[in-house]
Amino acid sequence: MSFAWAKQYEPKSSFTKWMDEKLPIPRLVYNAVGAGYPVPRNLNYMWNFGVLAGFCLMLQIVTGVVLAMHYAANTVVAFGTVEHIMRNVNYGWMMRYAHANGASFFFIVIYLHIFRGLFYSSYKAPREMIWLLGVVIFLLLMATAFMGYVLPWGQMSFWGAKVITGLFGAIPLIGEPLQIWLVGGFAPDNAALNRFFSLHFLLPFVTAGVVILHIWALHIPGSSNPTGVEVKKESDTVPFHPYYTAKDGFGLGIFLIIFTAVMFFLPNALGHPDNYVEANPLSTPALIVPEWYFYPFYAILRAFTGDLTIPFTGIVLIEAKLLGVIAMFGSILVWFFLPWLDKSPVRSGHYRPLFNKFFWLGLMPCMGALFYLGGAKPEEPFIVLSQIATAYYFLHFLVILPIISQIEVPKPLPFSITQAVLGDDTPGSSSGGGTHPKPRSAVKDLPGKDSDGSLQPAE
Amino acid sequence: MTIRLAGIIVGLGLTAVLVLWSLVPGLVNFALPEKPDYYAFQEENIAPAGGFAFEGAFGKWDEQQLQRGYQVYKEVCSACHSLEYVAFRNLEQLGYNEAEVRAEAATWNVPGIDPRTGEATTQPAAPTDYFPSPYPNDVAARAANNNAIPPDLSLITKARKDGTHYVYSLLLGYNEPDPKDVAKSPDFETPSGLYFNEYFYNINIAMPPQLYPDLITYADGTEATPEQMSEDVASFLTWTAEPSLVQRKQTGWFVLGFLFFATILAFLSYKQVWAGIKPKKG
Repeated sequence: MSFAWAKQYEPKSSFTKWMDEKLPIPRLVYNAVGAGYPVPRNLNYMWNFGVLAGFCLMLQIVTGVVLAMHYAANTVVAFGTVEHIMRNVNYGWMMRYAHANGASFFFIVIYLHIFRGLFYSSYKAPREMIWLLGVVIFLLLMATAFMGYVLPWGQMSFWGAKVITGLFGAIPLIGEPLQIWLVGGFAPDNAALNRFFSLHFLLPFVTAGVVILHIWALHIPGSSNPTGVEVKKESDTVPFHPYYTAKDGFGLGIFLIIFTAVMFFLPNALGHPDNYVEANPLSTPALIVPEWYFYPFYAILRAFTGDLTIPFTGIVLIEAKLLGVIAMFGSILVWFFLPWLDKSPVRSGHYRPLFNKFFWLGLMPCMGALFYLGGAKPEEPFIVLSQIATAYYFLHFLVILPIISQIEVPKPLPFSITQAVLGDDTPGSSSGGGTHPKPRSAVKDLPGKDSDGSLQPAE
Repeated sequence: MTIRLAGIIVGLGLTAVLVLWSLVPGLVNFALPEKPDYYAFQEENIAPAGGFAFEGAFGKWDEQQLQRGYQVYKEVCSACHSLEYVAFRNLEQLGYNEAEVRAEAATWNVPGIDPRTGEATTQPAAPTDYFPSPYPNDVAARAANNNAIPPDLSLITKARKDGTHYVYSLLLGYNEPDPKDVAKSPDFETPSGLYFNEYFYNINIAMPPQLYPDLITYADGTEATPEQMSEDVASFLTWTAEPSLVQRKQTGWFVLGFLFFATILAFLSYKQVWAGIKPKKG
């Protein structure tokens, strides 16, 4: 693991020496996020979001555990216990607003992290496993967030739960019994609320486990970088600590300023007013929508308005609802196949002119439209627009990406990260590793140096 | 290669299903609109001149106004609307002292148990009691209100979009329907027992107009115009929905101040750490 020039942990005191022999946790931390992890020197601010996502997970677990001390998962009292937290628990309002807005900001961070990965093709070899684990984490987060939104047992909690659990009813034959079994009744009620609470408590820790795998998988090839050219030698990297701990510290500060500004001054702006009305199974809200971070997938779900029929016979092959469900789950599952759908050897979107155009003029406006349309009223022109956006979404990943990766002529890549950063890459032109210059040795090749896969202008 | 080929086939297939069975019929419907016109409710609320004292990042409660709003709630709203999540002890936040809260609570009757017979009874409220509901249950509430349940008011300003202004607008919104809009919407009518109010999402609301000039006599001598009363009660209901609103904003400034300071330090240390190896562009 890691590069040949990575610094090695050297315990200094007798305690750390003893610790290093018995349980080398300091060594693990040193190699994971300390000076022992060489990171490309040219990472931009988009590489801050992994650390920020980890911070958000911690924040959600800490605030969530405190909230769980005052909450009761019972339909009779759940709504009241949330108000109890808001009014009677010391700084309970702060805990709850931090948790509710923390979920939203977790998703903002995660989406930026994902789109960073999409633009810089971080999913490509040798980093496929990191990407696959990342998609698993995203699915876990969606499940966790959905169940968390049910817990206050407001109107949107109940009706959102009803709509989403109702999706299982679309599965042919086993759908209805499956739905009743999952929900614990014909509609969400106390049984559903209780199991959602149980799972909402469990899944963050499962997520934390998968996050550890995600970071482990990251440390095998090392971080990618904005040029997409693999690390070749020591001058391409700097140690994670202090360089990126300092940079991530600054990024965390900016994030916290924006987060707390929303949390303290507009805490309900990202929520829905209907969720301050206690759940009432007899009164349907005018517009049932999930939280904003599910809007793109909700828009895809609702885009399928017509049953798949054999024309002029009236025979229904697949109902519209099932088509929507397939498309909604498919829209995320397609990410699992990305490493193999996009075969261009060049990673960074900066060096891929066609990809760059489709990313900024195709995928990003499409995602923006889906984010808007998922929360819009189900009426024209929003339905037609969401159908167009949904069509583009699938075409982009399944058709456009494979084709442009075949026909595109990439721009010439820099020879190395060092050249990209400093403009030239002659021996002795840079000190590499910064504050701890060592006698320069000849350029060390990576084990399996051809894993790069990028086009080299020199070759 | 197989995966990419399969991807292209699946992608084209799914898109074809979407376009041919959903989008094309949708476009046809869109091109031939049969839009029933209806009398749309007014989504933009009105605001009192000068706004509310608690608005804005530095807003503070106007205790006098909250006390007046409490008086409006007590003398008008509480006949039909409960205030489930608010306790009498919370009134201390409105500027009353402990003895005043005790005396004020005692003017309300809450359900209790007779300590000698064990029978259900009512007794004067203590500061620890919560505001009582005007109806014993939902059925009674419906029976008394033309089949509509008066909603609990403790969270009403958070349970409606732009809630504070919504309450203010709704209380003053019993206007005459606009004849032009009525002409556009043939189905428009106000059934008997309901009242036209363009700020209510359903246009017709079961709550009759409540506020008339000098309906109540303010303890502090303020003239009780409908505008004054709705502003005061909207203010009071904002407080009931979020008693921690002002504390929240004050805490927010403290937190932001700390974070600005910490972030500047983080930025400087970032610059210092990187000073040795920062790239010279070009």
